[in-house]
Amino acid sequence: MTEATLYGLCSAALVGVGLFGLIMHPQPLRKILAFNLIGGGVFLLFGAVARRGAAAGLGGDPVPQALVITGLVVAFAATALAVALLLRLFQETGRATLGSDG
Amino acid sequence: MAFDIGLALLVLGVGAWTVAARDTFAAVVGFVAYGLLLALLWVRLAAPDVALTEAALGSGLTGGLLVSASTRLRRAETRAVDERQPASLRLAAAVLCTLVSAGVAAIVLLLPEPAPTLAPQAMVNMAATGLGNPVTAVLMAYRAIDTLLETVVLLLALVGIWSLAPDRVWGGVPGPRHQAEPDGLLTFIAQLLVPVGILVGIHIFWVGSVAPGGEFQGATILAAMWILAMMAGLVDAPAVNRRWLRLMLVAGPAVFLTIGLTGFAVAGSFLAYPEPHAKLLILMIEIPVTLSIAATLALLVAGPPERAPGR
Amino acid sequence: MSAALNGLTILAVCAGAFFFLAGTVGLLRFPDTLSRLHALTKADNLGLGLVVLGLLFQAEGLLAALKLISVWLLALLAGATVTQLIAHTARPSGPQA
Repeated sequence: MTEATLYGLCSAALVGVGLFGLIMHPQPLRKILAFNLIGGGVFLLFGAVARRGAAAGLGGDPVPQALVITGLVVAFAATALAVALLLRLFQETGRATLGSDG
Repeated sequence: MAFDIGLALLVLGVGAWTVAARDTFAAVVGFVAYGLLLALLWVRLAAPDVALTEAALGSGLTGGLLVSASTRLRRAETRAVDERQPASLRLAAAVLCTLVSAGVAAIVLLLPEPAPTLAPQAMVNMAATGLGNPVTAVLMAYRAIDTLLETVVLLLALVGIWSLAPDRVWGGVPGPRHQAEPDGLLTFIAQLLVPVGILVGIHIFWVGSVAPGGEFQGATILAAMWILAMMAGLVDAPAVNRRWLRLMLVAGPAVFLTIGLTGFAVAGSFLAYPEPHAKLLILMIEIPVTLSIAATLALLVAGPPERAPGR
Repeated sequence: MSAALNGLTILAVCAGAFFFLAGTVGLLRFPDTLSRLHALTKADNLGLGLVVLGLLFQAEGLLAALKLISVWLLALLAGATVTQLIAHTARPSGPQA
């Protein structure tokens, strides 16, 4: 088993763990955390694919790596927006959950 | 190989702990550790540019954002009763997640052999761009339109955050006022670290054309230095209706788009660079884009306006 | 010559790893915040310092060695600051409380 396959399987497990956290936690901040966990797993899958594409003297295929860098920046922007929405919800209603009447 | 297995298990363990932790602050700390371990993983996958981005942005800035959010939401935490989900939901969720994991694992194991790759084509055309770092060449030359749209997406997220301001502080100053104690520790550290950090950020941006690094990593460090200066009270956050701030934010994408449109006239298609001037054009794009992204990232962390503007 | 350098690197990095282990054990076992911070600074100063010392033997050139040392100094600076800030939050009235 090459290291790329190992990290690919690790990314599959991370996606599963993150999905479990996303479904199970009622608090939105924990859901945001779990979503970032899933994101890390998906980027790792890209990284494994890039590692398998090592050729022409490079350690990895640069195109998936550049896609991951773009993805990381956009994921950060999405997290910032989600956190701002959550804090505004807390300011307006005093509760930080999306559940029905607490 | 043993090191890789250990590292993969460690990342899984920290990820599982982040999901399973009871206290939200503990989960956020676990997430920051998860991000740093992922950066190690990226080095093992021969992707140092991605490792730098993950450590700075995925772990550093996101961690700072989530820590401040979790402390603000702590009051809501104590009020929320421990809402345990019924066991049947847990079982169903566990089955679903196992199925999804198995699906992704099957994809990984069924990837085509030999692996298709664009690395030879990337290396062959790199001399035309004048760059030495293939990832930067992909970001700024082969897939420059992705980078252009990415800068616009960052701006849209910032506009979304600014639109969350209540009416009475519309266009105002983000975040609370941090007072700088003249003999305080945070003030001392900020005065010492911010100049060094700015140098390191510019260096990492500059060296990204020939070595691992680049504009996103450098911009993240510059943004972190601005955030540090704001938190220590050395500078106050600018009001979001200031014209110079808005010009600085828009300058990067605007220059990028302008050079892209002139590509029609000069080299035949959108974002095409005429070959002798490719390196110069890329540099002319990168400098304003780095400044704009640094400002955007810092303001994304600062959040929506909370104080009324001065004038 | 390079075998001797490799041996020194392994020795220094193992010693640094030992201090990291000691700091982690202190973090987990000590009773309150201030003593845990005390244990963590050992990991930062001695642990990281020994690891950097070991890596200095493998550095190629003066610039790489200076970069390694500046990494250690920056980590020291950040660690000392954060330790003081956490300690001040944990016990705001100063050492006599």
